[in-house]
Amino acid sequence: MEKEKLLEVKDLKTYFLLRDETVKAVDGVSFDVYEGETFGLVGESGCGKSQTCRSILKLLKRPGEIVGGEILYKGQDIVKMDKNEIRNIRGKEISIIFQEPMTSLNPVLKIKTQMFEAFHDSNMSKQEKLEKAIELLKLVGIPSPETRIEEYTHQFSGGMRQRAMIACALGARPKLLLADEPTTALDVTIQDQILKLINSLKDELKMSVILVTHDLGVVAQMCDRVAVMYAGIIVEMTDTVTLFSKPRHPYTYALMGSLPDQSKRGSRLEPITGAPPNLANLPAGCPFAPRCRYAEEICTKERPDIFEIDPGHFTRCHFPEKVRTFTGIIDVPKEEVGNNG
Amino acid sequence: MDNSTQKFRKRKKQDTFKMMIRNKSFVAGSIIVFIVLMLALFPGLFAKKDPIELDPTAIFAPPSSEHLFGTDNYGRDIYSRVIYATKIDLQLGVFGVSIPFVIGTILGLLTGYYGGLLDTIVMRILDVMMAFPFTILMIAIMAVLGSGIRNTYIAIWLTGWMTFCRLVRSETMVAKNSEYVMAAKVAGFSDRRILLRHVLPNVISSAVVYLASDIVMCMLTGASMSFLGLGVQPPTPEWGSILSTGRGFISFAPWITIFPGLFLSITGIGFSLMGDGLTDFLRTKGR
Amino acid sequence: MIPVLFFVTVLIFTMIRLIPGDPARTLLGEMALEEDVQRLRELMGLNKPYTTQYFIWMKGILTGDLGRSLVYKMPVKDMILPRLRITISLTFLSMLFAVILSFPLGYMAGKNKDKLGDQVIRVTALAAISMPTFWVGLLLMILFGVKLHWFPVGGWAETPAEQFKALVLPALTSCLMTTALLMRNLRNSVVDISILDYVDFARSKGITETRVSTMHILRNALITTVTLLMMRMAWMLGGSVVIETVFSLPGMGKLMIDSIFGRDYAVVQVLVLAFSMLVIVMNLITDILYSFLDPRVAL
Repeated sequence: MEKEKLLEVKDLKTYFLLRDETVKAVDGVSFDVYEGETFGLVGESGCGKSQTCRSILKLLKRPGEIVGGEILYKGQDIVKMDKNEIRNIRGKEISIIFQEPMTSLNPVLKIKTQMFEAFHDSNMSKQEKLEKAIELLKLVGIPSPETRIEEYTHQFSGGMRQRAMIACALGARPKLLLADEPTTALDVTIQDQILKLINSLKDELKMSVILVTHDLGVVAQMCDRVAVMYAGIIVEMTDTVTLFSKPRHPYTYALMGSLPDQSKRGSRLEPITGAPPNLANLPAGCPFAPRCRYAEEICTKERPDIFEIDPGHFTRCHFPEKVRTFTGIIDVPKEEVGNNG
Repeated sequence: MDNSTQKFRKRKKQDTFKMMIRNKSFVAGSIIVFIVLMLALFPGLFAKKDPIELDPTAIFAPPSSEHLFGTDNYGRDIYSRVIYATKIDLQLGVFGVSIPFVIGTILGLLTGYYGGLLDTIVMRILDVMMAFPFTILMIAIMAVLGSGIRNTYIAIWLTGWMTFCRLVRSETMVAKNSEYVMAAKVAGFSDRRILLRHVLPNVISSAVVYLASDIVMCMLTGASMSFLGLGVQPPTPEWGSILSTGRGFISFAPWITIFPGLFLSITGIGFSLMGDGLTDFLRTKGR
Repeated sequence: MIPVLFFVTVLIFTMIRLIPGDPARTLLGEMALEEDVQRLRELMGLNKPYTTQYFIWMKGILTGDLGRSLVYKMPVKDMILPRLRITISLTFLSMLFAVILSFPLGYMAGKNKDKLGDQVIRVTALAAISMPTFWVGLLLMILFGVKLHWFPVGGWAETPAEQFKALVLPALTSCLMTTALLMRNLRNSVVDISILDYVDFARSKGITETRVSTMHILRNALITTVTLLMMRMAWMLGGSVVIETVFSLPGMGKLMIDSIFGRDYAVVQVLVLAFSMLVIVMNLITDILYSFLDPRVAL
């Protein structure tokens, strides 16, 4: 690839150290994000995708802690940065938007005040700040920004709050936007608007995006490359087209089986049986083995390593070829996905 | 109930017990309250001297082996007075809180559940009563009724129900619209059954948590009424009134003041610790 | 507010009339002649119907005539004004102490949840809430007044500096419980707010940790803490009865107790009314403050 690597996550480990146990929310995750691409992190709730995302900006809630690995942003290791260094990354280089627009903006401060916080140029006058904030609100599609900027969040609807949050996040023109389930809490129609907005802003501002979601539909619509996470580890990583046409991990395949699909109209959806494992007490073998329909004896004993099965296509399975026999059921037209790239 | 549910219930009970034992505040508080209870029930075991007997030969005797906490202006033994006072002060706290707890909870349930005229009337009464500083209201009622322990109780009861009523009322208003109450209504249960079996167990916990701190409040209020000369009348030993005697002699006989207050504080801390433990416990259980 | 005020006056008026015994007889004593008692009853307006008496009293209050003290033989208004100054100074000073002590401590405890400092602060607060104020006051008096002579043992003074000195120990005593409650409230708010997403989002913008703490954590924690502060202020007004008795301060609370024992009910009813007026005004200020602190609440 000729594109530059913007972010390299290497063997990231984020644990929650509780009194009696250690919850391994992220247990050795590695991936790269290139300039200008949208990278998806997908998985069930509690698989560690949000914690991976928060680790990148060191915004973990107590008692969460990065216990190992590196996060290289333009070659600098974020994990080793002190409070002041990370502050220079936050907002200016990497921004984040959260899932709940209702709780992610401070209810007692004006939108204006919260947006000004994102502008780091101390030479700006109040008037300049105001103009820039209004311009940003326009950019994210908030109507009559001149008046709305003086309002509080409770006067905003859910979708408008999400737009306002994006405007705050973009205040200092970051190179990388972390979107932690940005549409999960929104109505379906608003979801689509927000996703399109993120996509257009990405092109306009030449950003990279890490999109965390549990929704494969969102992945198909948005992402260039995607990593599937399960129980704190990446089980499969490849480009979006390949993922949908040739999944090489039983979990990915099972996820797709639980999606409705045009070509399988009339057939039943197949939910994944069982529940994700306890992250404080992981089984010795492959964490997906208890729920996997192809699991054999070795799967419960030995944890498979991640390996490159095809160029650029990684999987973590003892029997990836078994999945292959079921491919082709979910068909994603190539051009459509390619448009997002 | 089949065997497995019985087992489950039993295990749940054991867990509850274990959690209580593990809670340090609760255990410490319980030990203090138990000791105070023993003092209140069997004062004769701990203090041999008569708490109201005068001894003109030992006026203002400082603490010694003969008079552990010293003596007062009449030569009465402070240690005996403090021990014998335990019962009255403990009663002030426990009885003081009992009736307001029951009345306040019932009123809170009814006003929260039915609303309407009763609710309006009770809320207006609350508004008017809350317009007085608490101590002023207590003293004004005492002024009307006259001094004495009986009237102290009446004043505490007249003012104490308000917080319970407000707590239970607001929780009931939430519970009223919850799905389990709706379901019970649809099933055609009587209001009484819904209130007692479905609403009450869900709204009572905040009132119970407040109960512990209110015991302390009632005890302190009762003692301060005696301190002001409005509550328990001499020569009956009561911590607040002993303190009030000591106030006049503070520069040369501070022991009259120090010891009853110490007992009052320790008893208060005991109940507060219990309440604190209870709060923690109810919060984790709620999760 | 107006209906509350009306019922407050009715309640006070009724309560005083409920006191058993004939006020005129009480004043003149058992030995007085029946016709003297009757004349005094006439003079005090006690023979008129209750409603008329109430309106006469209310008219007096609205026109600034608060009645006469029959014990001190002077207008109640002249008695109350200097005492009001003492009680209000006491309340404000203890308020100030409470804020100065509780805000930094409560904030630190919340920031360092479950660490040693937090535990110590929590246990101290619990003890402070469980102790009788009059005892704490007397202990402070023994230590700083009797033993160390730093502050006067009690009573009032002439010069402002001396007066301030006379108020320090009473204010410290009075602020103790409020400090503990505020500290606890602030600590819990800080703990609850620190984990909210908007704090993380604010932090993600790369602002300083100081700004995160002040603008996003403290600013939001203040909403409940200030409400509690104002509620406690009303409480402390009432507590002045006990504090002023302990320290022999000639304030409204001390006057109230003296008047009750002296059966000077004309003074008692005006005092109770004054206290409740102060509370009502304070509630009004609380509402206004609240709407400033929380934009979601409209006045």
